[in-house]
Amino acid sequence: MCLAIPGKIVELMEGDRSLASVDVLGVRRKVDLGLLADERPVTGDWVLIHVGFAMSKISEADALTTLRMLEELGEADAALEEAQGYGLGEAGETGSRAGP
Amino acid sequence: MRFVDEFREPELIHRTAEEIRRLADPGRHYRLMEICGGHTHSIYRFGLQDILPRNIDLIHGPGCPVCVLPMGRIDDGLSIAEQPDVIFAAFGDMMRVPGTHGSPLEYKARGMDVRIIYSPSDALKLARNNPDKHVLFFAIGFETTAPSTALTLMRAKAEGLRNFSVFCNHVTIIPAIRAILDSPDMRIDAFIGPGHVSTVIGCRPYGWIASQEGKPIVVTGFEPLDILQSIVMLLRQLNQRHCAVENQYKRAVPWEGNSAALRAMAEAFELRPFFEWRGLGFISQSALQIKEGYAEWDAERRFAVPGIRVTDPKASQCGEVLKGMLKPAQCRLFGKECTPERPIGALMVSSEGSCAAYYNYEHRKAQTLTKLASAPVGA
Amino acid sequence: MTSVETKIRFRDPQVEMAHGAGGQASRRLIDGLFAPILFGSRPPPLGDAAHIQINETCVAFTTDSFVVRPLRFPGGSIGELAVNGTVNDLAVSGAKAQALVVSYVLEAGLPTHILEAEVRAMAAAAQTAGVVIAGGDTKVVEHGKADQMYITTSGIGHLIPGLSISPAAVRPGDRILLSGPIGDHGITILLARGDLDLEADLRSDTRPVLPFVEALAEAVGPAVHWMRDPTRGGVATSLNELANDCGLGIVIREELVPVRDPVRGACELLGLDPLHIANEGQFLAVVAAEAAEAALEAVRAVPGGRKAVLIGVISEQPAGAVLVTTPFGGSRIVDMLVGDPLPRIC
Repeated sequence: MCLAIPGKIVELMEGDRSLASVDVLGVRRKVDLGLLADERPVTGDWVLIHVGFAMSKISEADALTTLRMLEELGEADAALEEAQGYGLGEAGETGSRAGP
Repeated sequence: MRFVDEFREPELIHRTAEEIRRLADPGRHYRLMEICGGHTHSIYRFGLQDILPRNIDLIHGPGCPVCVLPMGRIDDGLSIAEQPDVIFAAFGDMMRVPGTHGSPLEYKARGMDVRIIYSPSDALKLARNNPDKHVLFFAIGFETTAPSTALTLMRAKAEGLRNFSVFCNHVTIIPAIRAILDSPDMRIDAFIGPGHVSTVIGCRPYGWIASQEGKPIVVTGFEPLDILQSIVMLLRQLNQRHCAVENQYKRAVPWEGNSAALRAMAEAFELRPFFEWRGLGFISQSALQIKEGYAEWDAERRFAVPGIRVTDPKASQCGEVLKGMLKPAQCRLFGKECTPERPIGALMVSSEGSCAAYYNYEHRKAQTLTKLASAPVGA
Repeated sequence: MTSVETKIRFRDPQVEMAHGAGGQASRRLIDGLFAPILFGSRPPPLGDAAHIQINETCVAFTTDSFVVRPLRFPGGSIGELAVNGTVNDLAVSGAKAQALVVSYVLEAGLPTHILEAEVRAMAAAAQTAGVVIAGGDTKVVEHGKADQMYITTSGIGHLIPGLSISPAAVRPGDRILLSGPIGDHGITILLARGDLDLEADLRSDTRPVLPFVEALAEAVGPAVHWMRDPTRGGVATSLNELANDCGLGIVIREELVPVRDPVRGACELLGLDPLHIANEGQFLAVVAAEAAEAALEAVRAVPGGRKAVLIGVISEQPAGAVLVTTPFGGSRIVDMLVGDPLPRIC
């Protein structure tokens, strides 16, 4: 149910638009893009691969945001501790991944 | 490895572990359940329990589709494949799962044509390449995998490929979570939510867990930083008595899920009225069956299925371990009659089942380790 | 004295594929059936080769069978494996192979050009390894048996002076040396079978490891306490065997174990652990701590040894087990496999 790995689309197949050659650290496999029909990924996109199908497009922007939040963890809390309070940290998120 | 290595960065991991220690109230014991077997696997593989403070307990949940598959269904699938000219195709996860008369690999040793496949589309390819044989795809998995099976059925139908059928054992995650929460002895504070299932179903379906059951749930990725960040988010919610669904795995999980995947599932599948879950009993509306429009590719309609029911030995306590009431080592059969090499219960069969994971990664460590020379940071 | 009445401890009703995979099941078969009958009260041979006293000389003697599908793969073929495998078994037991004899079991209908290619491959590999093929035998079986061909090689050699290895010599504090990146062979074979539809620029690492062993012997000789070539079952299985045999613990730092990108990619995709994947051109050595750096330098100086690294240490705990640590303070026990590594989707 759970093993899914990020891979980069290196080539969309001629003829079958729902198949693409995806690269993971130099290993290539034909991956079915049929579940991403609404999003039409292109060469260069990163997708999450599970059982040979692409499940979602990986958002570089969200990855960076997540990492930045982690990087700021120590700093934010050190500052907040001085001020003797806990921050909420999640305020002000927008976009399709943040939720209602 | 992009989008993987950044989330295994040691310095960030140390910092997040520090934050967890700062947030964990020493007067409190936190019980967090990770629902998905993939999270169980990650936790053990990266030794994450080692860097958590002792008052945070990670409880392994039922999200292991191999573990919850009743033995009778394996017997049924294998009995279909015993017919002449049938190729039994399944994921590697299934290969060592014992049926009453042996596992698929053992059947292979006795002459059955058994193939390990990586993708349902490989099963379709087998059918195309072997027109004089019938390929039976033994499908398992939660909503992460079901859409791929659905698309494969659609492709089989579009191609008119007759020598292919699916023995469908797909199950859905929400009823499993409900079964955990309905359990009278349940003592779980919050959930590390499924990551890859959520790429399909999105985050909305978990709303009731927060709003009605009062348990925070964070949809989580599978790298060490993902799981640790999720724990930070859960601790913050618990400490503030806040209760919401949050998405930690934003880079891969859209809040609304994957509509194309959901459409594919709706096209090929419908909910079974009820289905038996090993260790949890019969749960209604918890599993998928193939719709009428795809009857021709439904192994249960193409073939006579014995409908074997096999009950687990009375001594096995899989159900209690599945629901988080017992730790694997507390089951009376653990490590003695029941080991990964000779599994009695389902949780010992799959490498991500709680008992197998615990046995493979932790059990011997706990038995023999006194103190590691290189002690974990902080703790 | 062995007796035909000796009881066996092996309880499995039939032989399964797992019994040949080099993991726990293989061990059960060897310890439970072969050992009691063949070795009786003699301690079973623990090494990769038997050292046998014939009058005043001690000779090393070993045998191995080669069964691989497909026969040819990037980086080599069954013929090369058959030569290098036996040369390596002798090498890691502390011996220099002098001669091999080879036994072919051929499937009727095997095209001659395929047989010729393998025999040529063996001749070339033998020349590279500095070993003579002194004789052999051939049997032909019916079409449908023998997967085209099975090759067995038996090798004999003399002991390399200065080396005296045994699990009993291993001490806490000893360091573990690995000759190079792991997993290349096993993943190459997996991909070459074609069932998984994966492509990668990968080759089998098959090669003789004798030059490394000779370099070690010359540089640090008596400081080498144990060696093994991690074939089926991978580094994890070899180290677990050592831990079992010497009763000590082994602690490996995961970030120090070299894995090539495509091997890592394939393992991540398929849910496999590189530590469990077969190698055909690597070796592990346990070396006294004070000699570890010199040992590493000696191996690195040999062509092909550039990537050798020290990956871990022998310790009291966890006794009898192998512990792998992560760079951020976590750890896990790595056990022998039950059977062949299986790809997973969960």
